[in-house]
Amino acid sequence: MSTAAMPSSASDRLSYWRLVGLLAAATLAMAALSLAVGYAELDLAVALGDWFAGRQSLPALVLVELRLPRAVLGALVGFSLGLAGAAMQGLLRNPLAEPGVVGISGAAAFGAVTMFYSGFAGAFALALPLGGIAGALLAVVLLFSLNGRGAGTMTLILAGVALNSFAGAMTALALNLTPNPYAALEIVFWLMGSLADRSLVHVWLVLPLMLAGWALLLSCAPALDGLTLGEDTARSLGFELSWLRGRLIGGAALAVGSAVAVTGTIGFVGLVVPHLLRPLVGHRPGRLLLASGFGGACLLLAADTLLRLLPIRPELKLGVVTALIGAPFLFGLIQRLRREA
Amino acid sequence: MRIEANRVTVALAGRPILAGIDLSLRPGELVGLIGANGAGKTSLLRVLADLLPPDAGTVLYDGLSAGRLGRRTLARRLAFLAQGGTVQWQMRAEAVVALGRLPHRRPFAGLTAADKAAIGRAFAAADADAFRGRSLDTLSGGERMRVLLARALAVEAEMLLADEPLVGLDPRHQLEAMALFRRIASGGTGIVVALHDLSLAGRFCDRLVLLESGRVLADDVPAAVLDDGNLARAFGIGVARGACDGEAFVLPWRALSEVGPSR
Repeated sequence: MSTAAMPSSASDRLSYWRLVGLLAAATLAMAALSLAVGYAELDLAVALGDWFAGRQSLPALVLVELRLPRAVLGALVGFSLGLAGAAMQGLLRNPLAEPGVVGISGAAAFGAVTMFYSGFAGAFALALPLGGIAGALLAVVLLFSLNGRGAGTMTLILAGVALNSFAGAMTALALNLTPNPYAALEIVFWLMGSLADRSLVHVWLVLPLMLAGWALLLSCAPALDGLTLGEDTARSLGFELSWLRGRLIGGAALAVGSAVAVTGTIGFVGLVVPHLLRPLVGHRPGRLLLASGFGGACLLLAADTLLRLLPIRPELKLGVVTALIGAPFLFGLIQRLRREA
Repeated sequence: MRIEANRVTVALAGRPILAGIDLSLRPGELVGLIGANGAGKTSLLRVLADLLPPDAGTVLYDGLSAGRLGRRTLARRLAFLAQGGTVQWQMRAEAVVALGRLPHRRPFAGLTAADKAAIGRAFAAADADAFRGRSLDTLSGGERMRVLLARALAVEAEMLLADEPLVGLDPRHQLEAMALFRRIASGGTGIVVALHDLSLAGRFCDRLVLLESGRVLADDVPAAVLDDGNLARAFGIGVARGACDGEAFVLPWRALSEVGPSR
């Protein structure tokens, strides 16, 4: 019996928390970097000093009104996408699942687009996120009614596919029927996802929703571990699957729905980050949740900082950058998996 | 824990899978569940584990329904080993076996000393200690089965329902697994094992339940169940018989063409 290759579970647990701590620290560092990078010249020390002193100076305003919301939302949205991606991959036991797989993100995007289309978006600033949240809510009501009738995971996914295509078609229809080409352009740009020009009001709007969503998703960790051995075994270990699915759908809707509502659709983060971190948590779906959350926050903040450093104006859309980074990365990953197989 | 199944009936897509099954399971008894493919073994085990709700009939655990008992309590008292166990992620064997302790653990608490001791016992019992640190996708089918068996043993439940736990095991490990079930049963655990090896079933089990087309064809001591008539009717086979060290064995010898399994 080889004892050398037998890591004790205590050191195992320690290395897990070390990883989570490392990712959390990296997230903080990326957020600080995001604060430091921007278009306006800003002396961070002066801005912070003015802010703490309560002086409404220009540096303080730039920091609090522009930089801070952008960094905080980047972290919140990235965490939501990474966490929800890991949770959905765990539920479906499929590494191809992404946060919006049950139709939440498509519905949220469509909800926001209706606000553009109806003109509410121009009338008041919070119309967009509220519309997005309403869209996500509608999707959840539909999914819950299916789940309540004893639908299995596969049925929910198929319903999600249908929801996503329907929402996509409705979004296309709205674009099609928009009389004003500038409004259509505005919708298209919004759909690409961005953290630019968001305010602290957006942060306060989505923060409670996201926190509730995170709590729901993280509470599923033991059940997702159990699901590794299949649905029957998970149930025999004491996990009620309809209750689990309900919590995951609710959690994803709260976290991802509100993320899409404030930033538009940002792809690939929720798909790639769990992949990247899975080997580091011993492939355990429960442990992947928290790690993926911080990983997503890191990645999104990095992408958002990168696009501001690139000499391309108007700035690239965040969703475009994450896809530009994410897609080649996914290709590389597939290549590696193919070699290993 | 005693399990009493009364007139359990299950139909899937209008086709009867189980038709009025009566069965009682007692602590300390090793019961072999045998029958042809499609006879209803897996469905019966799933009903007994409260994973498949019967269309009619009841299953009582020490006189209580599963609903009264609660899923979490049942999870501590009854372990289920699924057929052809798939493991989705490339987890290490140690992490997989630790899943068996989930019913005993408070959410998000680490493994207690008692958990670790149970995991150690399970690894030793299933002879899977050598794979502890290995990822499941690097193990052979039989080795993986032993890890999954250890996972089910780690629950240390009063009742163990195992659906074809011998699949993929080499002859030595099949014998050892049956001896292990025998040993655990004599410690007071009730065990039901679905299996296809009639000799192992006859030698190690206290009692055999022979299913045929969703009905219990025979439920008795092995010698009474494994008679030529029953085997011809349930499996459509003729058998060769012998004895070794005073124990009888049964070898499937030829398929009977005239008396096929009635479906």
